[in-house]
Amino acid sequence: MTGAGILKGMAVTARNFVGSYFEKERLTTVQYPEERAPLPENYRNFPFLVFDGDEAQAGLRCVACQICEKECPPQCIYIVKSKDKKPDYMGKPQFYPATFDIDISVCMSCQICVEVCPFDAIKMDKVYELSRRERFDALLMDKHELAKSNSYYHGIHPTEATEVDTRLAEAAAKKKPAPPATAAPPAVAAAAKAATSAPAAEAVVSGTLPAKPTPPAT
Amino acid sequence: MSARLEGELLEVSMGPQHPSTHGVFRMNVALDGEIVVKLKPVFGYLHRNHEQIGERTSYLGTMPYTDRLDYFNSMSNNWGYALAVEKLAGVEVPERAQYLRVILAELSRLQNHASLLGFLLSDMGAWGTPLMYAFREREKVLDLFESLAGSRMMCDYMRFGGCRVDADAAWMERAKKIVYDFPRFLDEFEELILENEIVIARTQHVGRVSAELAISAGITGPMLRASGVNYDLRKVDGYGFYPRFKFRIPLGEHGDTYDRLMMRVLEMRESIDILKQAFEAITPGPITNPKVKVRGFRPPAGECYGRIEGPKGELGFYLISDGTGTPYRYHVRAPSFINLTILEDMCLGHTVADVMVILGSIDIVMGEVDR
Amino acid sequence: MESLEQIKSRIEAAIAGASVTIVPNPGPANQPSLLIDNEHAFAAVQFLRDDAELRLDYCSSVTGVDWLDRTVKKTVKVKEIVDGVEKEIDRAEEEKIPGYLEAVYHLYSTVRKHGPVIVRMRTTDRLDGAHLPSMTPLYRSAEFQEREIYDLYGVTFEGHPDLRRILMWDEFEDHPMRKDYVQPDDFEYEPTPHDEVLERAKEHYSERPTIDGAEPVSTQP
Repeated sequence: MTGAGILKGMAVTARNFVGSYFEKERLTTVQYPEERAPLPENYRNFPFLVFDGDEAQAGLRCVACQICEKECPPQCIYIVKSKDKKPDYMGKPQFYPATFDIDISVCMSCQICVEVCPFDAIKMDKVYELSRRERFDALLMDKHELAKSNSYYHGIHPTEATEVDTRLAEAAAKKKPAPPATAAPPAVAAAAKAATSAPAAEAVVSGTLPAKPTPPAT
Repeated sequence: MSARLEGELLEVSMGPQHPSTHGVFRMNVALDGEIVVKLKPVFGYLHRNHEQIGERTSYLGTMPYTDRLDYFNSMSNNWGYALAVEKLAGVEVPERAQYLRVILAELSRLQNHASLLGFLLSDMGAWGTPLMYAFREREKVLDLFESLAGSRMMCDYMRFGGCRVDADAAWMERAKKIVYDFPRFLDEFEELILENEIVIARTQHVGRVSAELAISAGITGPMLRASGVNYDLRKVDGYGFYPRFKFRIPLGEHGDTYDRLMMRVLEMRESIDILKQAFEAITPGPITNPKVKVRGFRPPAGECYGRIEGPKGELGFYLISDGTGTPYRYHVRAPSFINLTILEDMCLGHTVADVMVILGSIDIVMGEVDR
Repeated sequence: MESLEQIKSRIEAAIAGASVTIVPNPGPANQPSLLIDNEHAFAAVQFLRDDAELRLDYCSSVTGVDWLDRTVKKTVKVKEIVDGVEKEIDRAEEEKIPGYLEAVYHLYSTVRKHGPVIVRMRTTDRLDGAHLPSMTPLYRSAEFQEREIYDLYGVTFEGHPDLRRILMWDEFEDHPMRKDYVQPDDFEYEPTPHDEVLERAKEHYSERPTIDGAEPVSTQP
């Protein structure tokens, strides 16, 4: 009978229409922005810089090694290395980024910067409501906007952040084989010197912090 | 009365902003009344010279760009590129990563074919309803991709010699549930459209392609198999772990639009079979090859052509390495670009309304056509 | 499938005067290719397609490759008589290898399910001599791909039914995939904060070393 196929199709639409009142399966939309679908833990959007402690700029993990700048496929990262050194989260003097800009109008959220960073300093954020009224400067994030605390990182990627913390703690423990308390400051300074003078490439292969033997404290 | 009006041909520029051209694609069509007598496709509105970008970016850096070729199937694109580079550098892939790749590629095929059916129906005038049903299913697969790779469409998931993140047990359970529930959608969808008299009238005997022409024109994927040619790279090349799975290759008889539509439905059923087997077979283990460095990856000098059966056809990557960190030559053999070669042959003699249906059944994505 | 040597000798037996060279391919992929002279390439590919053993009826990928002019620097030991005494001196010599454009065809068989047989053709130079025979009469799949090579590399395919630009617009003059292509400064320029980034990025990318220690020679004045 002509039209039987069409009627059969109509039955399907009727089933879906009525079903959408009773089954969640058949009505999957949410009323954004009043209602929001939860984000999965692995969700990534744009990168941010992790800092330890309370002070954002003092606690930045980034040592301005510029690996992410080189590896970034669309080249949206811009770093200027500092002239001087400041103590990092472990207390040893390191370079820090005098400028760290990410142009998020260019960034394509590929997270290659996260994968290549040997210092676990750059991670992916989850913020997605980033519309701006201005196209250029408003979408250029500087290091003040990018810096976010480690506890924020724990909030958005709990599993990953815990792994990172364990790895950093292990690396720190390996580096400091409990020197005598009185001789600690010079030993740490010497260790830091040895670590920073090592070529950056060495730090990269293992994917973690460079584990340099500490010179014996004298 | 069969008197025929003699008049001039009407030239129409269809696209690039027409909704049924699937993006920015234009056809210069000459019409005799309503019948197409000439059709020339015009490309390049989305051209960004993807290949040159690949030639100045590192091997790893090209991976996220491949997501943007056929943006419906970033997982398959990643696999094609990773496969070519792995062949070029002689890199082994661990077992779990191989299974994960099969699972993700087949999930990608499911959502691609589902949304194609929706688009095709939409091109025929069934506005909204079938497309929304298809997108509802697609959304479930995209949610899986998002919870695994972090992004719904731009997954950037595969790496040379493995995958980026491992799937945990909870993810596997979710994926299993979605796959086991998928046939319900397929049954319903078949009921909705396949016996519909309008669909049959619009698709049967429309845009027929003979097997000889299809082979000569380099047509691949479901479109080739709709013409009855048994050529599926999953069987022919047996790349990845596909030889370990039992599945059939659906073949068409007439090579018309209806066969091409059916081919997608049948392939989805086979994909579900493959996925069920993969969920059983996958075992815990490493997912990356520790020999492959993340930074400074340099394959030895040489050249290589690697190809996979993407949802749209044969997706090939041709690479020439000169031993440096960037490829000397990087070429993408884009299936939807080459499948358009015989668009004119398919459309000649049909009405202008059929052009949209024929174009829809080819399954193109302009990100891949224009590259 | 037969080995490449067998195919080579069979082509040479079937087509008088055809010169076929096997281009080796080092590296793990191990996909060597056949380099066929332009005059006999069409007949040779037709032979590959129609031969009952090979039946390479499916041309998968067609692509161009640009090889720039280059000079290979060598040091040669030369005997010379200096002040009446014969001495052996190292003299630096330069061999100039002219550049060419290449078209690479990957042929498969859907009947026998084997392949690829890779066929290459080379132009005589990168300027006026950039002509190659078209394979479109043999394989329809080459139609758009040869147009793409014509567009992006500037190789003219003789015998192509409809050779026009395909991806770039018709008024465009250069060939953007050539290795010496320089982007114009003036298209759609917009001042973005990104410019500074690009400027700095240049420092990171050193000049590309070529395969055998040769130095690239720019064709720009």
